[in-house]
Amino acid sequence: MAGIDNALGISPQVLALRTQRMNLLTANIANADTPNYKARDIDFKKAMEEAQAMQAQQRFSGTRSHDKHFEMDGGMGQPDVMYRVPSQLNPNGNTVERHREHSEFMDNALRYQVSLQLLDSRIKGIRNALKGGQA
Amino acid sequence: MSLFDAMNIAGTALDAQTVRLNTIASNMANAHTVAGSAEEAYRAKAPVFSAVLEDSMNGDGSQMGVRVDQIVQTGAEPYQEYNPGHPLADENGFIYRPSINTTTEMANMMQASRSFQNAIETMNTAKQLALRTLTLGK
Repeated sequence: MAGIDNALGISPQVLALRTQRMNLLTANIANADTPNYKARDIDFKKAMEEAQAMQAQQRFSGTRSHDKHFEMDGGMGQPDVMYRVPSQLNPNGNTVERHREHSEFMDNALRYQVSLQLLDSRIKGIRNALKGGQA
Repeated sequence: MSLFDAMNIAGTALDAQTVRLNTIASNMANAHTVAGSAEEAYRAKAPVFSAVLEDSMNGDGSQMGVRVDQIVQTGAEPYQEYNPGHPLADENGFIYRPSINTTTEMANMMQASRSFQNAIETMNTAKQLALRTLTLGK
C-alpha cells in the first residue's frame, strides 16, 4: 500500500494533526469555565515538520509484544502538547481566552477543509488515471 | 483520535453547563423562599467544574472534557428580617431570607448559556467536517 500512501502526499497526516488540534481546542472551549484549567495547543508547524521528516525516512515498523508498548509504525509521533500563555490573567487560574480559542478553532476547521479538498482532488486524479480518462 | 472525540468533549461541556443552568434556575426560583430559622433557609448553590484527565498511557493527549466535580453551597449567610406577623417567624419574630443576588445569578446564567452555545457550535463544526470527510473521493 506504500504506493497509494505516497500518491496521497502529506494530506492524510495534515488531516490527522488537524483533528488532534481540533480536539485540543474543543477541550479548551469546553473548559472555559473550569477553575485552574490551562489552555493547551500544539505547535502545528513543528508537528508538521516532524511528520514530514518521518515520511521522508523509510517507513519501518516495530513488533509489539505487549499492548502497553509504544507503537513504532514509522507513522507520526505524537506532537508535543504545550500550554498557551494568556494575554490576561483570570483570577480563577483559568487561561482559556474564548475569542482566541474560537479564532484558532475556526482557522483550524478551515484549514482542515483545505486539506480535505486537496486530498479529494488527489483521489479523483488517481481514479481518473486508473480509468484511463474514461467516464 | 477522531472527529467524534471533539463531539464527546463538547458533549461533556453541554452536560456541565446544563447542571450549572439548573442550579441557577433553582437559586432564582428560591430567591424569595422564606424560612423560620437560619439553618432551614435556602442557600445558593453553585457547581464546581473540573477538567477530566485522560488515561495518560492510552490517550493521545487530546481527550479532556469537563465534569461537575461537586455542587457547593455558597457561603453567604441568610438575611434576618424582623417580621413578627409572618406565619414562619421564630419566637423572636425573625424570618430568614436567602442571600441570593439575582443580578449575579442572571449574569452567571448568561455566561452559562454562552458557553452552552459555544459547545454546540464546536459540535456543529465537527459534524460538518466529519460529513465532508465521509464524502471524500466521491
